[in-house]
Amino acid sequence: MTGKLFGLLVAIITVVSTAFFIMHTWWLPQDISVLGHGVDHQLNETMIGTGLLFVAAQLVLAVFVWMYGDKKDGRKIKFFPGGGGVMVTFAIILVGIEILVLTFVGSKVWASIYIAPPPADSMQIDVSAEQFAFYFRYPGPDGKFGVVHPEMLSDSNGNYFGLDPANDVDARDDIVVGALTIPVNRPILLTMHAKDMIHSFYVPELRIQQDIVPGLTIPLHFTATKEGKYEIVCTQLCGLGHYSMRAYLQVVSQSDFDQWLKTQSGD
Amino acid sequence: MHEASAQPAVHHHAPPQGFIRKNVFSLDHKVIGLQYYGLALVAVFIGMILSWLMRIHLGWSTLAIPGLGKLSANGAPGGVMTPEYYLSLMTMHGTIMVFFVLTNAPLAAFGNYFLPIQVGAEDMAFPRINMMSFWVTFVAFLVLIAAFFVSDGPPISGWTAYAPLSAVGKDAGPGQALGQNLWAISIAIFCIGQLLGSLNIIATTLDLRTKGMSLARMPFSTWAWFVTAVMGLLAFAVLLPACVLLILDRVAGTSFFLPAGLVVSDKLQPHSGGSPLLWQHLFWFFGHPEVYIAILPSIGIVSHILPSFLRKNILGGTRTMVGSLIAFGFLSYMVWGHHMFLSGMNPFSAILFSVPTLIITIPAAIITLVWLGSIYGAKIRFDSPALFCLGFISVFITGGISGFFLAQPSTDIYLHATYFVVAHFHFVMGVAAMFGIFAGTYFWAPKMFGRMMNETLAKLHFWLTFIGVYCIFMPMHYLGLAGNVRRYALFSDDYMIPLTPVHKFITIAALFTGAVQFIFLYNLFHTRFWGKKAPDNPWESTTLEWSTPSSPPPFDNFGGKHPVVHRGPYEFVEGGTADYVMQTSPEQVGAH
Repeated sequence: MTGKLFGLLVAIITVVSTAFFIMHTWWLPQDISVLGHGVDHQLNETMIGTGLLFVAAQLVLAVFVWMYGDKKDGRKIKFFPGGGGVMVTFAIILVGIEILVLTFVGSKVWASIYIAPPPADSMQIDVSAEQFAFYFRYPGPDGKFGVVHPEMLSDSNGNYFGLDPANDVDARDDIVVGALTIPVNRPILLTMHAKDMIHSFYVPELRIQQDIVPGLTIPLHFTATKEGKYEIVCTQLCGLGHYSMRAYLQVVSQSDFDQWLKTQSGD
Repeated sequence: MHEASAQPAVHHHAPPQGFIRKNVFSLDHKVIGLQYYGLALVAVFIGMILSWLMRIHLGWSTLAIPGLGKLSANGAPGGVMTPEYYLSLMTMHGTIMVFFVLTNAPLAAFGNYFLPIQVGAEDMAFPRINMMSFWVTFVAFLVLIAAFFVSDGPPISGWTAYAPLSAVGKDAGPGQALGQNLWAISIAIFCIGQLLGSLNIIATTLDLRTKGMSLARMPFSTWAWFVTAVMGLLAFAVLLPACVLLILDRVAGTSFFLPAGLVVSDKLQPHSGGSPLLWQHLFWFFGHPEVYIAILPSIGIVSHILPSFLRKNILGGTRTMVGSLIAFGFLSYMVWGHHMFLSGMNPFSAILFSVPTLIITIPAAIITLVWLGSIYGAKIRFDSPALFCLGFISVFITGGISGFFLAQPSTDIYLHATYFVVAHFHFVMGVAAMFGIFAGTYFWAPKMFGRMMNETLAKLHFWLTFIGVYCIFMPMHYLGLAGNVRRYALFSDDYMIPLTPVHKFITIAALFTGAVQFIFLYNLFHTRFWGKKAPDNPWESTTLEWSTPSSPPPFDNFGGKHPVVHRGPYEFVEGGTADYVMQTSPEQVGAH
């Protein structure tokens, strides 16, 4: 009785849990990046492979516990045919194959996003993360970023990048904003640095996440393929306002972007 | 019969007389084991109540929690917690659970009590060091809890205490002044206790085995404690200096983890030359083995308990199980970088760390398969220890399998730092290890207290807990897939707001499952003082803890004798008057 109840319960838990995965009741948002499909593909492959393992293992547990309760009927103990060696071989082959497949395919996906250099025509945008906001800097009409002076960094006078426009010609037309506006289908290269804590740049729709570490300049590249407004959230615990640290990503057409740039430069 | 072959022992320290030497500063490994257990029990209920408070806040963020305002007037004015107080509670929950529950209970509590008995020793190799290791751990716990009562409250940097947040001091936010100091000091002290405890377990296993107790005849639980102690010796030896460096950065102006040009709260920090990634490397070089330090003893305990309730040895026997445990321990030192795929370290190293991480699933799969293969054809007795062992297998499968997603850099890009991770580690090291602790408690209570736990309450505890943990942690996978970020005090982002009903469901499940644990607490205390007297060997088990002359065992465990071991740990043979053969039995029995 107890064994049957246990078996039934494990089976129900398995079916219900799996159903929500299969129905995609809660699932990834739409992918809006050029490289994101690799991540999605890898995630789906892993989901199918591990899903089968999950269901099979739980159901075997359920069935065995259901079947092999001690009924005091003088039944003889049985042993698994082949013994432990079979299980060891089975585990090494089954899991081994899964590992090889996942590693070979998955490493390519990883490499395409994090190891491959950004396309040559990428548009560079400078990112500064701080408690608890992201700031973005565009080079302006001259196409050159002004030099950063850490000692001039100041939230109180709005100098989020430590620029010195009085003495630095390149810095004078730099555009500094609190939202990331980019043209659609144009490769973007972010050069990211953090002012105080480790932060992380996460856009679920872009299938991209990267920690931003003080003392390092970390590059990240992507291409958005769909216009719209998305959220950039911080995923590395950075202090009391961590939950509120976010910025908007605005993906617009090239013409709208040009217009936007012109407006910003006019300020 | 076997008494005749036992040899008289010369005890190296006499039974204590006074109350304090007997119960407080005791040298007896059994008393120390119970002290560790008691400490873990206090810690686990504190940790659980913290999780209740956090869950209530995540479901109903504006709800005033009665009494919370009294605990911290600043952190929860009027009972409604601030975002920073949420982070404080989260930090304390993680630290208490990982260190003072999951490391203490399965390894230090059960290991202390039963390892010497299972190898036929009369005590640990170094009783005084053993006493010291407990009291050092106790002090560490007091130092940590003190953080609740200092002016700016407990730290907010999480149990991982990433620098610079943990290293720059009060400019980093509330709790980052004295609270964070207490945290670092507490963990450093805790490391000392663990190092001492690990030494003792290793020395006892290697040197104090009784006649006939070869390594191959040691029970799985003893093997697991031994392997874990070796891992602990290496892991805590790294965390201890890391904590010392962190303290130096905080109070002595050094810059191990702090780079130049750090501007916090609009103030340029007086540091230069350090690296925040160095802390992550040191922490996770400890932290990943630590995860296995939490789960390996429970794997050993479950493998030790199951044969008594299946009436057969685990499939593949000692060679398969111990080989897998050692593989686990060895590989656990090569995988720390999988916590850091997105940390900004060289992206090539992600692939390097991913491979051994995936390979670890092989010993895990072997252990799971031999458990399942052992259940095949068994005659299962469904007492409460067996139920928790079978439940352990289920949650271990669930928690282990989600690791495939996080072990691969390509899928970790999306799931890193989401609730998917929270689901994964709670299943595999939180819930699974807790199930091991419950199984061990129900199994060994007759030996530790001489009394049987109430079986009806125990079964009720199992069913409700088993359903409860799935209701809490399974939906967290779905949250993770939807991109719900962890360590947030509030979910105010546009795409996370629609997930609030899932959080409410989880909160209700957590409150319910937590409440169920009071059944266990009641059962434990009732049994300790008023439980039904236990027979000598209630589960008809085979190992040495069931050969002691009394329950609880006498001061020297075997009543002035050294037991002599004649056979392997789990010999079950059908056909005779009994279907099991004790390790101490010299009789010849037919091989099955």
